[in-house]
Amino acid sequence: MRWLRSHLVAIAALAVLAYLLLPNLVVIVFSLNKPRGTYNYKWEQFSTDAWTNPCGTPGICDAVGLSLRIGLIATLVATILGTMVAFAIGRHRFWGRASTNLLIFLPMATPEVVMGSSLLTLFIAMGIAPGTIPILIAHILFCLSFVVVTVKARIASLDPRLEQAAADLFANPFQTFVRVTLPLVAPGIAAGALLAFSLSFDDYIITNFNASPSSITFPMYVWGAAQRGTPVQINVIGTVMFLTALILVAGGQLISNRRARQTV
Amino acid sequence: MAAPLAELEVTTAPPPPRARRSYTPYLLLLPGLAWLVVFFVVPMVALASQSLQTGDPESGYVQTWHFQTYLDALSQFWPQFVRSIVFAGAATFLTLLLAYPLAYFMAQKAGRWKNFLLVLVIAPFFTSFLIRTLAWQIILTDNGPVAGLARTTHFSDLLQWLQLTSNDSLMNSRFAVIAGLTYNFLPFMILPLYASLERLDHRLVEAAGDLYATPIKTFWRVTWPLSLPGVVGGTLLTFIPAAGDFINSRLLGNTQTVMIGQVIDSEFLRIQDYSTAAALSFMLMLVIVVIVAFYVRRAGTEELV
Repeated sequence: MRWLRSHLVAIAALAVLAYLLLPNLVVIVFSLNKPRGTYNYKWEQFSTDAWTNPCGTPGICDAVGLSLRIGLIATLVATILGTMVAFAIGRHRFWGRASTNLLIFLPMATPEVVMGSSLLTLFIAMGIAPGTIPILIAHILFCLSFVVVTVKARIASLDPRLEQAAADLFANPFQTFVRVTLPLVAPGIAAGALLAFSLSFDDYIITNFNASPSSITFPMYVWGAAQRGTPVQINVIGTVMFLTALILVAGGQLISNRRARQTV
Repeated sequence: MAAPLAELEVTTAPPPPRARRSYTPYLLLLPGLAWLVVFFVVPMVALASQSLQTGDPESGYVQTWHFQTYLDALSQFWPQFVRSIVFAGAATFLTLLLAYPLAYFMAQKAGRWKNFLLVLVIAPFFTSFLIRTLAWQIILTDNGPVAGLARTTHFSDLLQWLQLTSNDSLMNSRFAVIAGLTYNFLPFMILPLYASLERLDHRLVEAAGDLYATPIKTFWRVTWPLSLPGVVGGTLLTFIPAAGDFINSRLLGNTQTVMIGQVIDSEFLRIQDYSTAAALSFMLMLVIVVIVAFYVRRAGTEELV
């Protein structure tokens, strides 16, 4: 009883972690299922069919490919624009700083339906047809604020004396930026880019408002499949995404741990 | 970026973070802010304008300032509106309840396991949200182990008594939708809480203990107030997207659990009544802004991001 009381927080924490990870476990297990009907809801028998033939359902790999392309372009543009904004806010005083912060914050405080529908309204009014370009515009928009916030936090935590030291050692502002500031801010930029990519790759609601039948992203494919029947391949791709993320995040942690040990 | 000291002294603005009179910040801001203005502010104005137009997609729309659209939309869809706020509120409360012990454990007790746990919290977030929600259909299925456990422990009776389910089945119910929302937004609560609890100086908790405070009193008088920035950030990051979400209500609910996001989606894309859809969308935004402003003022935290 005493043991239970002193470990109450740990037990609750692990239970919550289990709740958080249970669906991922189900996704992995059901990627090895061989369902009888079109829906992959009930465990029937073990099979690696979907793993050996991940593109076995029509359209699924095209959808993944489109999502990857959109994700990469949106991440690249949002990361560049967002990092520039973050440096402006983090390193300069300028007229309109408060309203700039508000403008950055508002898209994050806007529900996805509102953002998606407002963009659709604009595109309809301007006569722009839905498709890949409107999707890209929307993705860059909602990734931008998250990149700014992530990079800004990193810039704020930098020790300004490091840059002053570089200047004292006769580095010009450009050299200081490239050799000192940028490497120090890089982990923040990487985190922002990773966040942007995952937001873009995962978005359904905003994408759905701006997509055409020829621009089916992976989440849209999954949504369509949920109405018609869920191929096992969906779980295979979900599992691959989960494991890739796990490796990337764990790898990043490892690198930063090693760096921290070296510098201390 | 490093401004020479001589330049620093010329400016009159207070020093933090660094002051320099130049065009650099404006040039840095220009592309990003232009994107936000053209594709966020302008669409919002377009949305407001669309809600006050009358017409149809074929013959075009005319700006008529027809405010009646708002009243009609509200009288038709107020149950979905109220339901969205209630479901999002319930899910936010539950995420706070669940996230707190995990965030506290990670920040204060996990020691060298801290980073490992952090990876486990972030990783599910990188797997498609839709696939994970579909997994809940499998978990809550009628003949599954979870449904069986709920029946033997009479948890399903409790849910029926609370009117969260209408029969023994857990799926396609209010319970499933709220559980799905709670699950989906949990990382958004855990991470801000973790960030503020990690900064908590454990010596303060020990000091409270030394002064004969009970653990409960220590929590309410020391830990909780110090974690408030995380609580405010986390609840906003959960409540706002949850109020507009329709994926959970669509995949885990029934016709009695339709949320406002689903209505906006179908009014826009299926029924193509753009004015009603725009009015609903604009009202959702206003309701959220009012709730958030009121809440932030009550919580007394102005610093959000």
